[in-house]
Amino acid sequence: MGEVIVITSGKGGVGKTTTTANLGTGLAKLGKKVVLIDTDIGLRNLDVVMGLENRIVYNLVDVIEGNCKRNQALIKDKKYETLFLLPAAQTKDKTSVTPEQMKKLTDELKEEFDYIILDCPAGIEQGFKNAIAGADRALVVTTPEVSAVRDADRIIGLLEANEIKKPQLIVNRLRPDMIKRGDMMSAEDVVDILAVELIGQVPDDENIVVATNNGEPLVGDNSLAGQAYMNICRRVTGENVPFLDLDAKKGIFSWFKKK
Amino acid sequence: MKITDIFKKKSSSDVAKDRLKLVLVSDRASCSPELMQRIRSDIIEVLSKYAEIDMDGIDINFTQMDTEDNATGTVPALYANIPIKNMNHNVK
Repeated sequence: MGEVIVITSGKGGVGKTTTTANLGTGLAKLGKKVVLIDTDIGLRNLDVVMGLENRIVYNLVDVIEGNCKRNQALIKDKKYETLFLLPAAQTKDKTSVTPEQMKKLTDELKEEFDYIILDCPAGIEQGFKNAIAGADRALVVTTPEVSAVRDADRIIGLLEANEIKKPQLIVNRLRPDMIKRGDMMSAEDVVDILAVELIGQVPDDENIVVATNNGEPLVGDNSLAGQAYMNICRRVTGENVPFLDLDAKKGIFSWFKKK
Repeated sequence: MKITDIFKKKSSSDVAKDRLKLVLVSDRASCSPELMQRIRSDIIEVLSKYAEIDMDGIDINFTQMDTEDNATGTVPALYANIPIKNMNHNVK
């Protein structure tokens, strides 16, 4: 029996889609059978981050409305045999799907997949309600900014009110240099304010932009962000992985600094 | 607090943390700005019976305070700073 995980944030632009793509790819790398669902109907994005935009024939709304068989709409990943994407519809809106229909769909997929990962739209309206309807577990993505943390707090409240207990937090786009200067909240600061369990801290890494340009999630490569995402995947599967030292710079100068 | 701390400017991440803690208290208490305004005008109305209040200097808000035994961390508290110009002595 698989697990349904929703990736949510409240605020837009904090890295939900990037997180979903990397989490899915990383879990497939670990040998799990994974399906990613883009629930942001009308503003589909996960397909381009995954580099699968040219393979879309059917979408989530087609599956819900019965225009195609469920497995016809699932797009197989370029690299990983056990990774699939169910894209959002681009021409419909969020009211084309109800929370009950979403729950039915994820319940069915649970029989077949180890992980069903839902990319939730920003906001707290219909799209959010659809995305969380069938979720067993929630990962809340935030950045170390007051607006994003405030929205994350609101989302955590709403998740708990909807019986999704103990959401876990990913703090994205951390900049160790700014944290050291006292000009950015650290992951610990954010955890302290939100009082939830931390499952990942991801540095602000140029490689993310490059990976998105290429449509190839960087999880598991040598970059700091790639390692951070892989660690999150391992933690999702229940492994106990220590947090990365995001300040680990390469080069001779860091060696001198440590002395 | 060290003496040098007085001269040290508060870091912007500390400012962010303090502002967040405050705003989340009112968010979590689901205390809307309208409700806050009603609380504020009721307090002013009551106090005005007894004293002349400096309306420009009023500062009423929800905040967080350490609990007395410091065991359970912080609790929400109503913070009110209401400057008084004159006491009304002719209150019956």
